[in-house]
Amino acid sequence: MRKDRTGISQDDDRSPPADLRGAESSNKTRNCCGVGSVSGSTGPISMEFQAPCPDQVLENVLENVLQFLSSRRDRNAASLVCKSWWRVEALTRSDLYIGNCYSVSPRRAMSRFSRVQSVSIKGRPRFADFNLMPIDWGAHFTPWVTAMASAYPWLEKVYLKRMSVTDDDLALLAESFPSFKELVIVCCDGFSTSGLAIVASDCRQLKVLDLIESEVTDDDVDWIACFPESGATCLESLIFDCVECSINFDALESLVVRSPSLKKLRLNCNVSIGQLCRLIVRAPQLTHLGTGSYSSPDDAVPGEHASDLQSALSACKSLVCLSGFKEMLPDYLPAIYPVCANLTSLNFSYANIHSDQIISVIFHCHNLQVLWVLDSIRDEGLQAVASTCKDLRELRVFPLDARGDNEGPVSDVGLQAISEGCRKLRSILYFCQHMTNAAVIAMSRNCPDLEVFRLCIIALHSPDHVTGKPMDEGFGAIVMNCKKLTRLAVSGLLTDRAFGYIGKYGKLLRTLSVAFAGDSDMGLKYVLEGCPRLQKLEIRDSPFGDAALHSGLHHYYNMRFLWMSSCRLSPKGCQEIVRALPRLVVEVIKHDVAVCPDDTVDILYMYRSLEGPRDDAPKVVTILQ
Amino acid sequence: MEVCRKMVNMLGAERDLNFKETELCLGLPGSEPEVIIKATGKRGFLETVDLKLNLQSKEESMLTNASKEKNLLTSTKDPAKPLAKAQVVGWPPVRSYRKNMMAQNNNNNNNKSELERDQKAGGSSSSAAAALVKVCMDGAPYLRKVDLKMYKSYQELSDALAKMFSSFTMDGNYGAQGMIDFMNESKLMDLLNSSEYVPTYEDKDGDWMLVGDVPWQMFVDSCKRLRIMKGSEAIGLAPRAMEKYCKNHS
Repeated sequence: MRKDRTGISQDDDRSPPADLRGAESSNKTRNCCGVGSVSGSTGPISMEFQAPCPDQVLENVLENVLQFLSSRRDRNAASLVCKSWWRVEALTRSDLYIGNCYSVSPRRAMSRFSRVQSVSIKGRPRFADFNLMPIDWGAHFTPWVTAMASAYPWLEKVYLKRMSVTDDDLALLAESFPSFKELVIVCCDGFSTSGLAIVASDCRQLKVLDLIESEVTDDDVDWIACFPESGATCLESLIFDCVECSINFDALESLVVRSPSLKKLRLNCNVSIGQLCRLIVRAPQLTHLGTGSYSSPDDAVPGEHASDLQSALSACKSLVCLSGFKEMLPDYLPAIYPVCANLTSLNFSYANIHSDQIISVIFHCHNLQVLWVLDSIRDEGLQAVASTCKDLRELRVFPLDARGDNEGPVSDVGLQAISEGCRKLRSILYFCQHMTNAAVIAMSRNCPDLEVFRLCIIALHSPDHVTGKPMDEGFGAIVMNCKKLTRLAVSGLLTDRAFGYIGKYGKLLRTLSVAFAGDSDMGLKYVLEGCPRLQKLEIRDSPFGDAALHSGLHHYYNMRFLWMSSCRLSPKGCQEIVRALPRLVVEVIKHDVAVCPDDTVDILYMYRSLEGPRDDAPKVVTILQ
Repeated sequence: MEVCRKMVNMLGAERDLNFKETELCLGLPGSEPEVIIKATGKRGFLETVDLKLNLQSKEESMLTNASKEKNLLTSTKDPAKPLAKAQVVGWPPVRSYRKNMMAQNNNNNNNKSELERDQKAGGSSSSAAAALVKVCMDGAPYLRKVDLKMYKSYQELSDALAKMFSSFTMDGNYGAQGMIDFMNESKLMDLLNSSEYVPTYEDKDGDWMLVGDVPWQMFVDSCKRLRIMKGSEAIGLAPRAMEKYCKNHS
């Protein structure tokens, strides 16, 4: 039955429909018709040349060709050609990407793809990062690592995002995969320094250990000292700036000395500038450096390590990315000037320093492509960025103080300046108190390469602060003029008109974030009916109800997920979705903070899945059936 | 709302804030910290070890620190914000990791200006980076670590250690403030002859000393490691402690 497949657009991690499952064979028996097949009873082992049958030739050729196909979207397309292609593609896929850990079970994924070396798994939806979801909602790594332990003994790489990972999981990982090389953990929780210790000591081929924005419990284990003590390590990247634990500096220094391939090192706050100096001197080959606290509290004279630091940094000829600066002492700011000219990426988003000080650094950074800063940079600072960083591709401006003043430190003035100076901009995340349509329209015209536009106007329902009008025209211009736009986040005072624009022009849009916006069901309808590529839709506190939800029935199987919280959905309306689309898992989550009347749904989180309702949901989650 | 915000600030600024501020207690608000402590139950081991001589200034600095903490709390809030903003959960969409970092940052910055004032007034200073030392207790299977810079007095340190090694309790009365009185040799000897636990530390010279015989800041600067041992074992240290005491105070 091919009914499910018609009209489904190409996208990430879609498995073929159920009817193809029977055709899978992870054993390699080929059906050859007749020619040259040897029956078991012939005597001598005379090896006559058996010409392979045409099917087999095709499959061999295919196998050789498909090895080179790396894009998973291309592979998904190839797998749909016919059963033979499906089979060969499955055999040659080495990178498994699971965009939603509940969309497919480990067993199913592993029985289709048998030769995987790298696995990426994403769990919770993004809004979980902002305390909008109960803590114990799910996304456990355990069933995955357990299954992989037997299915993929040659596994080399694991990437996890928004998953719950335990120390036992890490122990199993370290024990099961002798060739294990890369572990990248982003926005996860549930494990501790004990788990890190096991990975450090048992994964002898480890090249990459990257812990990014994750919550790691400190249970006083000296995990740095657990790396093998003698001989060179394979380490190329060690990122642990989010791990709040004390650091055995001698062990760390010794590790750095024994790691000649180390290119990326991002330290946590418990490394002082003096220690930082010593490390950099040991590793002048670094390309990415996270400076930790960048503070020196024991200075007898403020800045006494400055010249040492400066010369140590100058010796790093390959340094292209700097971050850290979490307790930055301005005395040490000039130490980085010499390396600024080579920097392509600078993360100052934890440096609570004055705008002038940031500007003094920016003026040296002519080659910057990625810049993350706090809004304490102010509009003047953004003007400096605009005049200096002509190559800028990605800009993120975070709020220093989320509650903010009425006059935020950055505004439409800064945005306008950036749009005029940084014409190659591809991605922007901008937090501000107020905005004008004019500045947003200017950006839509000046930056045609924009792929990601995320504007967060912190003041709720805030109109254009010059004209008093809604922000419809600004966002409309973005979707209209930025032909490459795939990701959009809207805010401020928005009417259904804005969504009309999005539906009409946002043809390439894959991710849309909506908060406190829209007038009626029409808004959501425009989007669901107009954006054929939409995969991830997250909406909060907007007046969209059951009728709007219903208007997306034709599209929900194409999406990774839909999130709607504090909207106007009823349990009945959600139930109808389940009836219409049996392969959708519809979770209704009760969450105190959503504060909705009893007959509305606090949180709706729904996603397509081949497995039906999951069995690890906590009590607050009701899966409609 | 006030309390909520306090808690939010507390959670965000683990290092510097005094948890006692929001601890539930039987005493009236603004009463001495010690009253609050006693109400929370058992102590792990010897409360504080301190020279009688330094007691006065320590108490003062403890109190002024406590009131500074209060100022800190009020100054990091913005009282004029409309409630509506503060109540919207998850808005603006900033990850808690970043929020915590920035809250810590803010407090550190505030601390710095407090510290400058403090230093001018001749009080004790602390700074942002950690002074981590290992703490072991005889008989306990695990090793812990403390950041000495998180505490401003022996009292605070002893509270923290008591919480960490809470399976060990102390009976006995050590006077109103529970301090070892170094001036009173017989009292000291009684303690060291008992089976009660006393904290000792290894200083920069590699000598093992009884905790409490030098001013707090000097202790923080020179302490490399802490060990909590039975009084009877520490008795060997006492004479050296006395020596150093004489040296430091002659």
